[in-house]
Amino acid sequence: MVQVANGDAANKAMAITSQESQVEAPPHDSLLAVKNLKKSYGEIEVLHGIDFDLRRGEIHAILGENGAGKSTLVKCLSGFEARNDGHLYVNTKQEFSGSDNSVVPSIMTDNADTAQSIAARDWTHASAEAAGVVLIHQEFNLAEQLSVAENIFLGSELCGKGLASLFLDKKKMNDLSRDYLATLHCTIDPTTLVSSLSVADKQMVEIAKTLAKDARVLILDEPTAVLTQKESTALFELIDRLRGRGVGIIYISHKLEEIERIADRITVIRDGDLVGCYPAATLSKDDMARLMVGRELSSLYPKVPAPDELASVALSIHGLHVAGVSAPENFELRRGEILAFSGLVGSGRTALFETLVGLRPAQLGSESKIFVHGEEVRLNSFTDARAHGVAYLTKDRKGSGLLLNKGLRENFSLYALAHFAGIIIDTRAEQSAFEKAVDRFDIRMRDTGVVAGNLSGGNQQKLLLAKMLETTPDIVIVDEPTRGIDIGTKSQIYHFLAELAAAGKAVIIISSDMSEVIGMAHRVAVMHQGNIVGVLSGNEITEHEIMRYATGLKAAAA
Amino acid sequence: MTKIDFKTAGPFIALVALFILGIFVNDAFLSAGNVSNILARSSFIGIVAIGATFVITTGGIDLSVGSMAAFISGCMILLMNALMATIDSLVTIIFLAIVASAAIGGLAGMINGLLTTKAKIEAFIVTLGTMGIYRSLVTYMADGGTLSLNFTLGDVYSEVYYGTLFGLPYPVWVFLAVAVIGYVLLNMTVFGRHCFAVGSNESVAHYSAINVDRVKTATYILQGLCVSIATIIYVPRLGSASGQTGILWELEAIAAVIIGGTMLKGGYGRIGGTVVGALILTLIGNILNLTDAVSNYLNGAVQGVIVIVAVYLQRGAWRAKD
Repeated sequence: MVQVANGDAANKAMAITSQESQVEAPPHDSLLAVKNLKKSYGEIEVLHGIDFDLRRGEIHAILGENGAGKSTLVKCLSGFEARNDGHLYVNTKQEFSGSDNSVVPSIMTDNADTAQSIAARDWTHASAEAAGVVLIHQEFNLAEQLSVAENIFLGSELCGKGLASLFLDKKKMNDLSRDYLATLHCTIDPTTLVSSLSVADKQMVEIAKTLAKDARVLILDEPTAVLTQKESTALFELIDRLRGRGVGIIYISHKLEEIERIADRITVIRDGDLVGCYPAATLSKDDMARLMVGRELSSLYPKVPAPDELASVALSIHGLHVAGVSAPENFELRRGEILAFSGLVGSGRTALFETLVGLRPAQLGSESKIFVHGEEVRLNSFTDARAHGVAYLTKDRKGSGLLLNKGLRENFSLYALAHFAGIIIDTRAEQSAFEKAVDRFDIRMRDTGVVAGNLSGGNQQKLLLAKMLETTPDIVIVDEPTRGIDIGTKSQIYHFLAELAAAGKAVIIISSDMSEVIGMAHRVAVMHQGNIVGVLSGNEITEHEIMRYATGLKAAAA
Repeated sequence: MTKIDFKTAGPFIALVALFILGIFVNDAFLSAGNVSNILARSSFIGIVAIGATFVITTGGIDLSVGSMAAFISGCMILLMNALMATIDSLVTIIFLAIVASAAIGGLAGMINGLLTTKAKIEAFIVTLGTMGIYRSLVTYMADGGTLSLNFTLGDVYSEVYYGTLFGLPYPVWVFLAVAVIGYVLLNMTVFGRHCFAVGSNESVAHYSAINVDRVKTATYILQGLCVSIATIIYVPRLGSASGQTGILWELEAIAAVIIGGTMLKGGYGRIGGTVVGALILTLIGNILNLTDAVSNYLNGAVQGVIVIVAVYLQRGAWRAKD
């Protein structure tokens, strides 16, 4: 059912899984469990039947590549998304604070046959919270202009007694907040405005909020992405204390060393499939990386001929210093070459290229040299980049790529508008170029009058490609070109990119999709924490190797 | 398809309905004098509103236009009176005042634009501030009273307001010219497309190599120039300026834009609609003047109802479409 690439440890671990997934009902100390959970967005199924259970007093890590379905899974677990199929069990009666374990869970009894699944429609964000299942998002949900205590009690404000019930009992809320924060060994004053707090303190407030809600299940989605080393250490200690109180913690992170350090069990998912659930002690970091990526490449990808040995250098970057990153960056690529940029989400790939093309300012005071076809150029704005034949396709096609409420032709011509206009726009030339592009890129629409927002994701992406390629750039940078796109359109886009390379253009693909990186690239640059940590080519390009660089396990020999 | 698209046709239907109503209300309504009066009076707000269409389409707002008009009027009158001492040719003096008017209007618009884009202050706040500044400056310049144009000069200059070409007053021709130029600029040029793009989604505009700040600033400069043009034909009408000049023009201009079908949130603008909107606002006042059925004092109330109904109809059509 599940294919694991190679490695004895992985196979050993697999055995554990298959045993465990035979268990029909969740063990009785389960706080939250799902069986065969399936989730689709539209017609695309993104989770194909996941089994998962969380026990009391356990830290259970969910591990997977970008886009494997981790976030979707926790959204289903926490009621933010309704699952399409499968069973969900929750234990609402388990006691934590005291030592009294005699309370019989109402939903999950010792007798597995009587365990009742909660219907998908009844498992909403509100009912999940009422049952003590709380998700802390990557982006915090705090009202910046309210105080810490006001945030902690937001939506469940306390009032006084009698006539005073018309008024907020601020003192009580502040006192309780102070107690919650003290439990977390945190010394923030409850009356401080949230907007004046550091990111780490804001996270503390989020966790304090969950205490106010008496959370039994705490779900943390990439909690350390925004924290420093020291703050992360403090967070781990806090998580440890919560575990000691019997809280179950679901922990999502890309950082393998963190997971190794704190997790009790690890569930690995890949492309929406369950790979397995393993006791953390049985897995090394290398095993984790292998389990995450072990999939075989399909024939999705066109043959991309190797660039000519003699091909000239199309783009050469020296000392490009992205704001907030520790060191400047250098790289180059030749005509006809496809260079992929791999790395985890947040590794600074988009920032690097947005800085390169002038969409965001470089580090103050830094001086970079950029050569296009051997000629030094300054790319101070995106207009400069366009003038020098450098095109960048944003990964945020809905937010930054297309005007969703405007027509297709207007969207198509927006970037290359000067081609169709002196002072007055030549709408006939515009229309005929648009029709050619629709043909070339196979953009499918109900009728030509629809607005861009009504196109499917794949067709939006093809429209964006048509828009940015209408200026016939020599250097094409595409950021996550196939995210959220069906497999057929993906393949089309790969063919377009391969054609560009074959025509002597230089192509850069920024991608979190491992298989597309391996299937398309001549060379792969892997980024970690803002800088390129390794460049792979030829046989070195393997998922395992990329993942080792991406997770910081391996750095280029200095 | 058979359903009436209120978004585009609505303002025109309303204009025709008001016109028919006017005919029934009073025989004098259709007289050449009254019609040309309606058109001439519409032209001030109409010209200002055409500038406002650009600002609003791009996602901005300019509240300072009424005060700016008063300020420019004051400057023009002071300048012309002063030049009487040194220059003999009255036409030259008027010409210089017109040049100065355009310069002040353009500059004032640029200040609004740069404060919005470079200092990153919300347009509402910037123009609320400059609105107070210009209003106060003109009151100060007039020492709390009224600035009056030199009588001989006023005699010559008044031709600009009262003179006619092919039977229509000059202001109407100016209005028409500004409308045509505005239409072409907004609908047929790169700049116009960029206005729509910036108003729809600034981020997309930025990622399409559009200089968002420059487009926005340009719309405020255009707005300033439109105010200047309106002022140039307004000054000869009364030959004076005071702290009361151009009061509430900003709101009437915005009302004309909104009645015309331009969306206040940006991304969708219609010059033709704005022209119709300005005509509708003037028509309401004119019809109330010609009838005893509703007090003329209720002019503002009727205008207010029309604005709200217009937007309601647009929203309704918007929702049905999705």
